[in-house]
Amino acid sequence: MSFFLEVLIGGLLSGVMYSLVALGFVLIFKASGVFNFAQGAMVFFAAITFVGLQKEYGIDFWLALPLTLAAMVVLGLLIERVVLRPLVNQPQITLFMATIGLSFFIEGLAQMLWGSTPRGLELGIQDQPFEWLMNRFNIGVSQFDVFAAVVSGVLVVLLAIFFQRTRIGRALRAVADDHQAALSVGIPLQQIWAIVWGVAGFVALVAGMLWGARNGVSFSLTFVVLKALPVLILGGFESIPGAIVGGLIIGAAEKLCEVYLGPYVGGGIEGWVAYVIALLFLLVRPEGLFGEKHIDRV
Amino acid sequence: MPTPARRIGDVILSLDRISLAFGGVKALTDITFDVREHEVRAIIGPNGAGKSSMLNVINGVYRPQQGTITYRGKQRHGMDSHAVAEAGIARTFQNIALFRGMSVLDNIMTGRNLKVRTSFVEQAIWWRRARREELENRAKVEEVIDFLEIQHIRKTPVGRLPYGLQKRVELARALAAEPSLLLLDEPMAGMNVEEKQDMCRFVLDVNEQYGTTIVLIEHDMGVVMDISDRVVVLDYGRKIGDGTPDEVRGNQAVIDAYLGVAH
Repeated sequence: MSFFLEVLIGGLLSGVMYSLVALGFVLIFKASGVFNFAQGAMVFFAAITFVGLQKEYGIDFWLALPLTLAAMVVLGLLIERVVLRPLVNQPQITLFMATIGLSFFIEGLAQMLWGSTPRGLELGIQDQPFEWLMNRFNIGVSQFDVFAAVVSGVLVVLLAIFFQRTRIGRALRAVADDHQAALSVGIPLQQIWAIVWGVAGFVALVAGMLWGARNGVSFSLTFVVLKALPVLILGGFESIPGAIVGGLIIGAAEKLCEVYLGPYVGGGIEGWVAYVIALLFLLVRPEGLFGEKHIDRV
Repeated sequence: MPTPARRIGDVILSLDRISLAFGGVKALTDITFDVREHEVRAIIGPNGAGKSSMLNVINGVYRPQQGTITYRGKQRHGMDSHAVAEAGIARTFQNIALFRGMSVLDNIMTGRNLKVRTSFVEQAIWWRRARREELENRAKVEEVIDFLEIQHIRKTPVGRLPYGLQKRVELARALAAEPSLLLLDEPMAGMNVEEKQDMCRFVLDVNEQYGTTIVLIEHDMGVVMDISDRVVVLDYGRKIGDGTPDEVRGNQAVIDAYLGVAH
């Protein structure tokens, strides 16, 4: 039993990390209908800039943090202005293609600025189990995982409040639905997009720091995007709570399947089982658990 | 029919020699007309006459190449949409432009967007001032909902509503902003007789009860002649007639434009 719990908790906690990446997608998708493929590259860029500032220039942790945040917000604003604004009113697939190009550009930029050697990222939290939990219940729960989960949880709650309660949140949802109508009630479109891309940059920074601390900061960080996809399919592309629940389900399912089903098929399930779940889910509920069901009158 | 003369005030919006072109296509040429306070002003004309372009110029979506717009004493060439909304001009669209994913209530609440004074931090922490403001806005929205008789669909996502009701929700969103000038782009297009009658009644009620000035584009001549105080007629981007419904009805250029003329 305690082994099952240990696997389950570990899975849920790592799931929260997936949620964090998925959240960046949801933000942009909610407000502009763009599936931002470059989110992974932004996560990588945030992490490498943060580490680079510390290691290359010897800047203190607490100074590097706001500097990186500023860089990410500026990057977000630039993307909005240079890439997306000229593409207003283009079909979604065009915007999607643009973000694919963008992801290569950002990856290149990151390597140009900071080189391509993998680096470690130290947050000062041990990736070791809590001792009292271990002694008392014989369950190993990593301190780092709990820390990451708490940070993600706080971020999610803040964003949910921002979207649900504030005028900007309502304006964001309005902009996503109809640009023209949003303009007619006096919502400043460009200001709203600037806010969204700024916030997406911030979320990328948090995700980059946590993932960087866990796996090291290297090029492969951009692939966390791929793990966010099944989370989004499960949770729904427009839903912040969906990103969380989706992340938890994928995280737990991965670990449980690896441990309990893995031995029957020779192991190595963890890498792909999430996609199988997502595929099955698409057959049953294509809009996701919390996504908006689109009904078209013809 | 109420007599129009009783309430109409001074000119609040005047358009002076407006010309608008998209590349080589001339949408509007040298158009001059004005709108008086509290009046119902109709813009009519055959398809492609430039009616919607005219509304878009007033609304700030298009910026005319030539001409000036004077609204409440302030002259301008073009304006951004945000400033127009701030100035108390609201509109509806020819092809319904609603936020499809949101409920009727939320849609109408967006009309209150510019009335919000509290900061988003206050709203986020559910501060007293923000809460009170939300309640006030909500009360105003409920008033509009009662006015337009859409209580029963309050919580329905607008995407699921039939066309006629969507048009009404769009009007509600515009009214929620408490506009002093309301631009309606074909409010009765695609409606059946009963829906049209309802919409006519609402338009007139808005005009009478709130004193809102209304500029509307409409194709149904019966409706236009019934509810408007003055009518301006466009054809191929030029003004060919302007005056009371009776004057316009007797205008030979207008008759030619609508019925065609042997050249």
